[in-house]
Amino acid sequence: MSRESIVNAALFALLIAVPLGALATDEPFIITLATRAVILALAAVGLNIALGIGGLVSLGHAAYFGIGGYAMGILAFHAQSYTPLFEGPFVIEGTKLMPIIWLVAICGGALAAFVIGLLSLRTTGVYFIMITLAFGQMFYFFTISWPAYGGEDGLSIYVRNSFPGLNTLVPIQFYAVCFVLLCAVLWFNARLARAPFGLALNAARQVPHRVEAIGLDPVRLKLVALVISGAVTGLAGALFADLNRFVSPTMFSWQMSGELMVFIILGGTGRLFGPVAGAMLFVLLEYLLGGISDYWLAFLGALLLLVVLYGRGGLVGIFAGKARNHD
Amino acid sequence: MTEPVLSTHALTKRFGALVANEAVSLDLRPGEVHALIGPNGAGKSTLVGQICGAIKPDEGRVQFLGRDVTEQSTRTRARSGLGRTFQISALAMEDSVLQNVVLGAMGAAGTVWHFLRPAMKDLTIRQKAEQALERVGLSDLASLRTGEISHGQRRRLEVAVALTLSPKAFVMDEPMAGLGAEGTRELTALLDELRQEAPILLVEHDMDVVFSLADRITVLNYGRVIATGSTAEIRSDPEVRRAYLGEES
Ligand SMILES: Nc1ncnc2c1ncn2[C@@H]1O[C@H](COP(=O)(O)OP(=O)(O)O)[C@@H](O)[C@H]1O
Ligand SMILES: [Mg+2]
Repeated sequence: MSRESIVNAALFALLIAVPLGALATDEPFIITLATRAVILALAAVGLNIALGIGGLVSLGHAAYFGIGGYAMGILAFHAQSYTPLFEGPFVIEGTKLMPIIWLVAICGGALAAFVIGLLSLRTTGVYFIMITLAFGQMFYFFTISWPAYGGEDGLSIYVRNSFPGLNTLVPIQFYAVCFVLLCAVLWFNARLARAPFGLALNAARQVPHRVEAIGLDPVRLKLVALVISGAVTGLAGALFADLNRFVSPTMFSWQMSGELMVFIILGGTGRLFGPVAGAMLFVLLEYLLGGISDYWLAFLGALLLLVVLYGRGGLVGIFAGKARNHD
Repeated sequence: MTEPVLSTHALTKRFGALVANEAVSLDLRPGEVHALIGPNGAGKSTLVGQICGAIKPDEGRVQFLGRDVTEQSTRTRARSGLGRTFQISALAMEDSVLQNVVLGAMGAAGTVWHFLRPAMKDLTIRQKAEQALERVGLSDLASLRTGEISHGQRRRLEVAVALTLSPKAFVMDEPMAGLGAEGTRELTALLDELRQEAPILLVEHDMDVVFSLADRITVLNYGRVIATGSTAEIRSDPEVRRAYLGEES
């Protein structure tokens, strides 16, 4: 077993042990905290597919996160108010069923990523960062000025959405749902990285002109990566809204995009468990330091600086050494 | 005369006021090594770029395998069998040596849109990739990271990646750049064998290499063809000797 897989296994074990320990000691708040970490990790895993393998520095991933959030918010809002979502030749009803909400969130994230990708992948470097940021901000201002779903105040959902056979109101059960989804996506991510697509995408990041010279289109590879990435982050957005039973334009804010980026840099860019480690540390620090001082983000900034300057592989790199993307 | 595999017809490319290529016509025939020589800045890489599709010509046409490919993308030309090597190695440095050739074989076979099955376990692709490494003598280094191998080994890997495309023509931009005497000798021997598989348009500085490999030579200066002909003809062309080979008489 490589050192990296030992580190990954340790993180995985923590994600099982902490909520179970909290359950045993009757600390539901800790379970909620763990759920938050798992959902944010999932969102960042989505970004890591585009950023880590494809080298796409997207500073607009809040767009997909927010779309997932609003997919949940809008569907559940219509279900709880017994109003149809759409009336015309046919009627679309809202729903409180998680699997349907997830599907809508995934498709919404993917579709938005496709459109944004088509427009932004013509550019690279700083221009790409700026364009993705601008798209994120467009969604932010759109939702603020759109009164139908609460505008600036957002939407409250009174009861958490349901999953067949589970009582999602019980914290540990909702945690289990999120944890299983995170595991499934991490599995997919690990397979993807080794699959022909992952190999080609990885090369498109390093030497796009080479990829073209062997008959492949680097832009198309990156577009598909962005679509997968947007779908995953969209799913995380739906879960995040369900955790809070609330969705508001802040899910679309550029700070949100920045946080996802911070998780990855903190944890390790392009490392499978990098975003997981980053999100876990972030939530832990937010919990420990957020209570002590309002300026805890300054501590986070200092930590980030240290990691970038001295631990180039991020947290995972510090414990597992240099990345090996081949075997 | 046999039909050329690859030809350019009056290719002209300007960068602002600079005419990098002016009405350059040349062809590449089956089984030959056609060397393209000329001083730095003569426009050799610009010509290679236009042949391979990375640079769009202002005027003129490119023909490959009897078709006009001037409007085709780099990708389409690569898929029809134009195997290119770059003047500056274009390899995925973070990946293993084997992964670089697997990537080439995957691109050629068009099997890149798979998301779950491991790339390195596709036996057909892998076999093709390993054969290419074998050809250039890099089999022993297959599992090393490309960033770790020597410059000379990378130059050979560059050729191996082109080989995975089973090319109908090679276009090599200074494959010997930066190689020592030993490396140059080895790569020269390899290219001499490769011409059986597909003809080679070879941009090269080293005149010993050019004279030992080339069947024909085209000399470029300030973007224009100043001479073209058999190796013997070029060797004795007075203008070439003056302008390029740096001889007094
Ligand atoms: N993209 C470009 N923009 C402007 N000038 C260029 C560009 N590419 C090449 N040139 C110029 O065109 C000339 C020919 O360059 P190049 O084809 O690279 O020469 P060679 O490969 O023979 O050394 C040089 O003067 C170079 O500076
Ligand atoms: Mg050149």
